Amino acid sequence: MFEVMKFEWAGRSGLIAFRSSQSFVCCLISALTKAGTTKTCQPIKIIMFALVANQKVVRDWPCFGVVLGGSFLPRGGYTVLLFKMQFMLLFSRQGKLRLQKWYVPLSDKEKKKITRELVQTVLARKPKMCSFLEWRDLKIVYKRYASLYFCCAIEDQDNELITLEIIHRYVELLDKYFGSVCELDIIFNFEKAYFILDEFLLGGEAQETSKKNVLKAIEQADLLQEKSHSA
Amino acid sequence: MTVTLLPLQEMIRAIRSARTQCEERGVIQRECAAIRAQFRQADNGGRSHNLAKLLYVHMLGYPAHFGQMECVRMIASPRYSEKRVGYLGAMMLLDEKQDASLLITNSIKNDLSNSNQYIQSLALCTLACMGSAEMCRDLAPEIDRLLRASNSYIKKKAALCAVHIVRKVHDLGELFTKAARSLLTEKNHGVVHGAVVLITELCERNSETLERFRKTVPDLVQIMKGLVISGYSPDHDVAGISDPFLQVRILRLLRILGRNNEGASDAMNDLLAQVATNTDSTKTVGNAVLYETVLTVLDIKSESGLRVLAVNILGRFLLNNDRNIRYIAMTSLQKIVGTDHNAVQRHRGTIVDCLKDQDASVKRRALDLSLALVSASNIRSMMKELLSFLSSCPPELRSQTASGIFNAAERYAPSQRWHIDTILHVLTTAGGDVRDETVPNLIQLITNTSELHCYTVHKLYRALLSDISQQPLVQVACWCIGEYGDLLLRGECQETEPVQVTEDDVLDVLETVLQSHMSFPSTRGFALTATMKLSTRITENVDRIRSIVSIYGSCIDVELQQRAVEYNALFKKYDHMRAAVLERMPVIEKNSQGHINGETIKESQTVKVKPGDLLFKRLMHSPWLNTDLKLMQPSTLSVFSVVATVTVYEKDGVTVTLSCEKQSDSGLTVTLTASNSTESDIRGFTLQAAVPKSVQLHMKAPSGDSLPARGAAKVTQMVVLNNPNKVQLAYLQLVSEVFDLSPIFYSFGSQNI
Repeated sequence: MFEVMKFEWAGRSGLIAFRSSQSFVCCLISALTKAGTTKTCQPIKIIMFALVANQKVVRDWPCFGVVLGGSFLPRGGYTVLLFKMQFMLLFSRQGKLRLQKWYVPLSDKEKKKITRELVQTVLARKPKMCSFLEWRDLKIVYKRYASLYFCCAIEDQDNELITLEIIHRYVELLDKYFGSVCELDIIFNFEKAYFILDEFLLGGEAQETSKKNVLKAIEQADLLQEKSHSA
Repeated sequence: MTVTLLPLQEMIRAIRSARTQCEERGVIQRECAAIRAQFRQADNGGRSHNLAKLLYVHMLGYPAHFGQMECVRMIASPRYSEKRVGYLGAMMLLDEKQDASLLITNSIKNDLSNSNQYIQSLALCTLACMGSAEMCRDLAPEIDRLLRASNSYIKKKAALCAVHIVRKVHDLGELFTKAARSLLTEKNHGVVHGAVVLITELCERNSETLERFRKTVPDLVQIMKGLVISGYSPDHDVAGISDPFLQVRILRLLRILGRNNEGASDAMNDLLAQVATNTDSTKTVGNAVLYETVLTVLDIKSESGLRVLAVNILGRFLLNNDRNIRYIAMTSLQKIVGTDHNAVQRHRGTIVDCLKDQDASVKRRALDLSLALVSASNIRSMMKELLSFLSSCPPELRSQTASGIFNAAERYAPSQRWHIDTILHVLTTAGGDVRDETVPNLIQLITNTSELHCYTVHKLYRALLSDISQQPLVQVACWCIGEYGDLLLRGECQETEPVQVTEDDVLDVLETVLQSHMSFPSTRGFALTATMKLSTRITENVDRIRSIVSIYGSCIDVELQQRAVEYNALFKKYDHMRAAVLERMPVIEKNSQGHINGETIKESQTVKVKPGDLLFKRLMHSPWLNTDLKLMQPSTLSVFSVVATVTVYEKDGVTVTLSCEKQSDSGLTVTLTASNSTESDIRGFTLQAAVPKSVQLHMKAPSGDSLPARGAAKVTQMVVLNNPNKVQLAYLQLVSEVFDLSPIFYSFGSQNI
């Protein structure tokens, strides 16, 4: 078994899989990516030694072995845990996107590619299957409400069950706001759907855990908008 | 030119009613043109609507970059309605890669100090969503101010904004430490939640901060207790759990604080036990809290009773009707199967049942876990389950299952016969998905189990009669029949029902394999060799063999043709040697040379030159690595002499060459020579190397550790490698400059980690 760790260095993150024994440490590493993105960044200038000797590659990433000096690897086997929601997508059963919220910086082209692939993957799932799937190096948590799929991408260490609760809370908020929400409400009032989301999640994290408070804040903001518009 | 603009909802309706893609494009192009024209005009009342329309169009996938400057302008507007849409547009169109994003920094700064909290909120939200590192640096002091002195509505947002800042610029964490600490004492759940998330982030990034925040463990325990014990609180209740989001966050923070620290772990022990026992697990939300609790318990230095409790919770999850819960239970058990093996073993039955689940992800998890749980005591029952799984598993899992079964069989086989039976079973069910080494491994196993030769050849013969499509099986069967055909013909066997066959029957079978269109060329090679070997083991039909062999002398396949011609020669000119050449194979040493390609060592008639077993690769200008790696073809020199000097690195004036000399069958001496042609000396230069487990490495002392300038002298270092297993070695080597100008080669050895 390989032990897999995520590490961060100089603003970039990556994965190391390593197994140590008395005489050597064999290390396979995935491509270093800029923290928060899935794109491979310009190479950090480090020396790497790759040994491929009938070893099974842990992930399907371009592989180099890397040797890490003591100052770089965290001490004492300490792992940096990453919990973060990277993005949330809402799409219909025909694959039409109804809402997209990205909490990581990606180019338009990348976003389109990810969206396309993910939508295809989720729509291919059968109804009774698990709500969680592993996709690239992220965990995808999705749930279908009527004709809409709510899909969140979370990082490796995050709690999938509470993400399901977050999705559910958002649906409840929409429901309360629009009064028995349906897909058409979200299509024709997409900007309101965004405003509600932004009042519930901030930077990918839940900011207010009380339903009542979120709805109150939206109400007040709407009033303010009315006033400023008519003014 | 006046253009009529549709209101937002009308436009959406128009787009949706378009019957074709072309029509939709037409509507959108018209609208976009009109919007662009409107943007150019001076301020009018409909600006926010226009931008909203553009954002809708953007969501459909059409380009909207011309709206970026409009976003910037709208954000600067005094009207809330325009600001709101402007900020939304900024989050959608202006990520940190766009240059225009910097233009809004000033607006954000102003809005952060606005008297209206909803305007402040817009700015905070946008900064936390798309703030670049520069923006974060500029605005961090503002955020800190808001963390200390504002109402709770703003504080909670500021806390999460600080989280984003710390993620972008780690050093700024110092700035928020004090404020974060004081926020923990607030009453408002949103603020406490934000504070906990912020503290978690700070502790993750900096171990000193982590030490300091350990003192907050008692406070966190108190807050948590309050949530768990307190009565119903309508504001935060979810299905009977009080504020599960906050509970999960606190548990996560406790996990990070309690790791590797006895004191902190002790302090939270009681609380964790309480949460684990009192949380209602009938709904998902309760299970979410329990799950986080289990993760925490397993990660900190908890006492054994608590650990058992945690594993039992996972065991209960395994029996849950909800597939999601079963899935995460197995994911967690996978993490601890190494450390708490016995505890997980108790749930083996349930895990094995999950192999039959409908969902492919659940099946995969169950497979991983089942393979990890195989041990000497349960090997027979587990193997039964795994073999039945193999026959019905989804195709993407087959090769993993097959290799898992082989590994388990190799480690825990209770008897040789069982081992051979198991491998044969896998080959018949999933022959197409096994790895290439399976055939030689199996052949070696069979050869070494001399008491079962008769049994094996009978079994394989029967298998071959029923199905010749599974190539690995056919190859092994042919080989066995060739080797032990005489045992087959003898018609007696202790272990199993013997077959009554004639020599013709056996030759028929081999010929069927030779002629079948399903057979791979390598399989046909096996069959031809087997036929040839039988010529010394049978008595009557040698002529038939002679004719088969001569027919294949004109076969189109060059490999087969070559063999046939040589076997023909064996019949004609070297008939006196034939018996000796084709006699029974000796017991094969575990790592001997003939092991590599599974062919018999007696192929000495055909000398195949294999590439040198050390491959040197240099990659040509790899696009993702800005350094020079060059690709070289593997050397095709014979195994017995490899002397080549190769330049493996040449950059910034530093050149490293590598030359090797084969000392013995498995030993190799590598000489690394480094030289420096730059104008300045390089000091502290070291070379190191790392190799896979089966290879032994011995590095001699280098001639020096500084490279004088202008190639005045070279540094050489000798490395002795011993490669008894003939494992393939390939390595890439990149050099970089990490500090100043001195390139440093890193390696791993046990002293480094």
